[in-house]
Amino acid sequence: MSMRLCLLAVLGGAILLSVLNLAVPPASALHVPTYAISLAGKYLSYALLAVAVDLVWGFGGILSLGHAAFFALGGYAMGMYLMRQIGTRGVYGNAILPDFMVFLNYKELPLTWYGFDNAGYAILMVLLVPGVLALIFGWLAFRSRVSGVYLSIITQALTYALLLAFFRNDMGFGGNNGLTDFKDMFGIPLQADATRCGLLIATAVFLSGALLLARYVVTSRFGKVLIAVRDTESRTRFLGYRPERYKLFVWVLSAVMAGIGGALYVPQVGIINPGEFSPANSIESVIWVAVGGRGTLVGAVLGAVLVNFGKTVFTGALPELWLFALGALFILVTLLLPGGIMGLIGRPARRPKNVTPAAEPAE
Amino acid sequence: MKLLRCLLLVLLLLPFAARAQDDPFAGFAGGYEDIRHAIEALALSGDKQAEPVISALQAGNLYLAADKTLWIKQGDAVLNARTGEAAATPPDGLKKVRLNNAVRRAIEAAMGSLTLFSADPATRASAAEAVFKSHDPAALPALTRALAKESDAGVRTAMEQARAAALLASPDSGEADRLAAVTVLRDRGDLEAQSQLDAVANGHQPPTVQKAAAAAVAAIARIQQMWMLAQGVFYGLSLGSVLLLAAAGLAITFGVMGVINMAHGEMVMLGAYTTFVVQQVLQSYAPSLFGASLFIAIPLSFIVSGAVGIVIERTLIRFLYGRPLETLLATWGLSLVLQQAVRSIFGANNREVSTPGFMSGAAQWGGVTITYNRLYIIVFAVIVVAALMAALRFTALGLQMRAVTQNRRMAAAMGIRTPWIDALTFGLGSGVAGLAGVALSQIDNVSPNLGQGYIIDSFMVVVFGGVGNLWGTVVSALTLGIANKFLEPLAGAVLAKILVLVLLILFIQRKPRGLFPLKGRAVEA
Repeated sequence: MSMRLCLLAVLGGAILLSVLNLAVPPASALHVPTYAISLAGKYLSYALLAVAVDLVWGFGGILSLGHAAFFALGGYAMGMYLMRQIGTRGVYGNAILPDFMVFLNYKELPLTWYGFDNAGYAILMVLLVPGVLALIFGWLAFRSRVSGVYLSIITQALTYALLLAFFRNDMGFGGNNGLTDFKDMFGIPLQADATRCGLLIATAVFLSGALLLARYVVTSRFGKVLIAVRDTESRTRFLGYRPERYKLFVWVLSAVMAGIGGALYVPQVGIINPGEFSPANSIESVIWVAVGGRGTLVGAVLGAVLVNFGKTVFTGALPELWLFALGALFILVTLLLPGGIMGLIGRPARRPKNVTPAAEPAE
Repeated sequence: MKLLRCLLLVLLLLPFAARAQDDPFAGFAGGYEDIRHAIEALALSGDKQAEPVISALQAGNLYLAADKTLWIKQGDAVLNARTGEAAATPPDGLKKVRLNNAVRRAIEAAMGSLTLFSADPATRASAAEAVFKSHDPAALPALTRALAKESDAGVRTAMEQARAAALLASPDSGEADRLAAVTVLRDRGDLEAQSQLDAVANGHQPPTVQKAAAAAVAAIARIQQMWMLAQGVFYGLSLGSVLLLAAAGLAITFGVMGVINMAHGEMVMLGAYTTFVVQQVLQSYAPSLFGASLFIAIPLSFIVSGAVGIVIERTLIRFLYGRPLETLLATWGLSLVLQQAVRSIFGANNREVSTPGFMSGAAQWGGVTITYNRLYIIVFAVIVVAALMAALRFTALGLQMRAVTQNRRMAAAMGIRTPWIDALTFGLGSGVAGLAGVALSQIDNVSPNLGQGYIIDSFMVVVFGGVGNLWGTVVSALTLGIANKFLEPLAGAVLAKILVLVLLILFIQRKPRGLFPLKGRAVEA
């Protein structure tokens, strides 16, 4: 029920905002400014990341502190496509090389950038790069039964390593300035109001698709085993299941979702830089899920939108208090509201519980 | 024919010999040319008055009296240049001895070789070092005489090296001399010697000398590589000890309680800010104690961070036992609050923490530069870890901690008050983080973000070393530190760090519980 409500709110809200932006004259009190459209699009991209995090954390019991890495990789793939679209309209007017490469004295396009002028290839990379990285990382980690805080820590190490790598100028991804100054996407100018609304609606559609897919996965037979793995991995293993396969599948699926979220995020925000890889971002995306309600897909969307809306309001009005508020949110939600908002309102959410007392390593 | 040549040589040298035997002081009464020769003769004479006279000339304090005697004006006193004694009655008709550029050059050259005869061994050594660097053949005669008189072994070596360098540079030294000189330079074995030998190997020299020099260059390169290695180990140990300080507390809390404290970095930061506050207070109220500020800060920051740690455990973490992932999130939130609190109180800028005198400066040990602050931090880390190990090994609290680490329920059944142990453990771990903060305040910027820079590295140390074993932490911190510093010259600092992280992620696959996992038969831990 609440899933239908959520889909309705996401899709209906996106369409309503677009109509109010395009069809209502600017003078009207009902007019929605374009920046609000982009902001809403940004929230929904984050919501897509939150759904991805919820899928692994809420249903697989894998606390990833590095999911923003997949988000940012998807974003970079899209950003590279958008960079190549600029063509001769850059500051240096080089048809092949993006501005920052001309500035850094690149003579020719690095191999990693080949093919990104083709939209199909770029979209493929949006899916493949996060997916393959997650596959390799997950295969290595789950196969050797790295779990719990150890896994959380090495996911954090992963995103930290990527952060450092993308800050380097000679990686060929724009160094600490990242990629920006995008002009158009699929031949349509990015700055136009209609494009912005189209992106918002596209994000809403992708988010809805992700929600439905995620619900299908977690309510299927596969999902039942996955939840069993979350609750007691060893017992599930003793019953003859291979927990690492279930975890790996959901892990890769989640990474691809996060990548799509990043790819939708970049054209709406207009920039992607290595800061997106910072461990703090990943941890923040976890708190969205916790606020909304871990283990409820709707809660992830709700948490992402609410927390980011709060961040926008707070950082505008009382910037120095935002970290206090965010920190307090982390503490209060984990202490007092383990079910999140979804746990508060009505339906008893399928609250995950950790059966294993973690502090008994040598029982 | 041979006789004739000898005769000619003697004839040629005669004027010089004659002048040197002349009274050198007399020359100052003549023209510029005579003054120049007088300076050279005086410098070579070894007369104890040579240095004061020439430096007086350089400063424009050398005067010629009407009776052609030389005088040095020193403030109001007038000294006899020949004896250095003050004149009873001021001489008449004092006229300044004039200088031109040729004379000035002669003065400078003379002063260079004169300091070779200084009474102070350190001055003599640095003069020899200067000659070594310039390897000017003109200094050869002075060097030879200085060597004959030298008694200090260290200065003697320096002079021999300088002489060897000059010999190699001189166009008219023999092949045997050159070969000997190459050996001397090779034994010196530093970069300066290497570059001079390199010039010899590729310069106009007899082939045997060139070959010897090339061999010596290669030998020095090998030695230099060894020193580079030693320097790398030192830097690595230094980085490792910093990591060790930051990670030791984390390892203890993780071992005993199974929770990762994401606010651990902020405990380090609190320690650093405590050091800052201690210094500020001392500066205002007890400046005489300022030199001991670090020794006052060490117990204080342990207490401050430890107390904050206990408060955190009592008010936050104890409600989250059995939920390690939630603990991770809650402590992360706490770290944000602490950072912002410190930023609000002290400002976002870096704070100045001064380094006491005994910790600044550096020592040279062969080819290795050892900065004292890094050295002291290594020592400090050793002391802290030794104290920690002793506490775990020999105190009742340590025994109980180890019991809880191994088996919480069994420990509780034996009458150990595990909540109490948890609180104290957390306090101890946080206190050690505070100590790390004192150390870091000496080498890093004291800012609200101080802890953030070390927290991920500390996690890596704990994950690599394994839980519940302080030795594991020690080994892993030092390994990571040294690995980092050795990869740096190969790959650059950032890439080295990335490489280490990737290697660690791969390592965890092989040993998911770290280098020294706690032994047990649990399925889930």
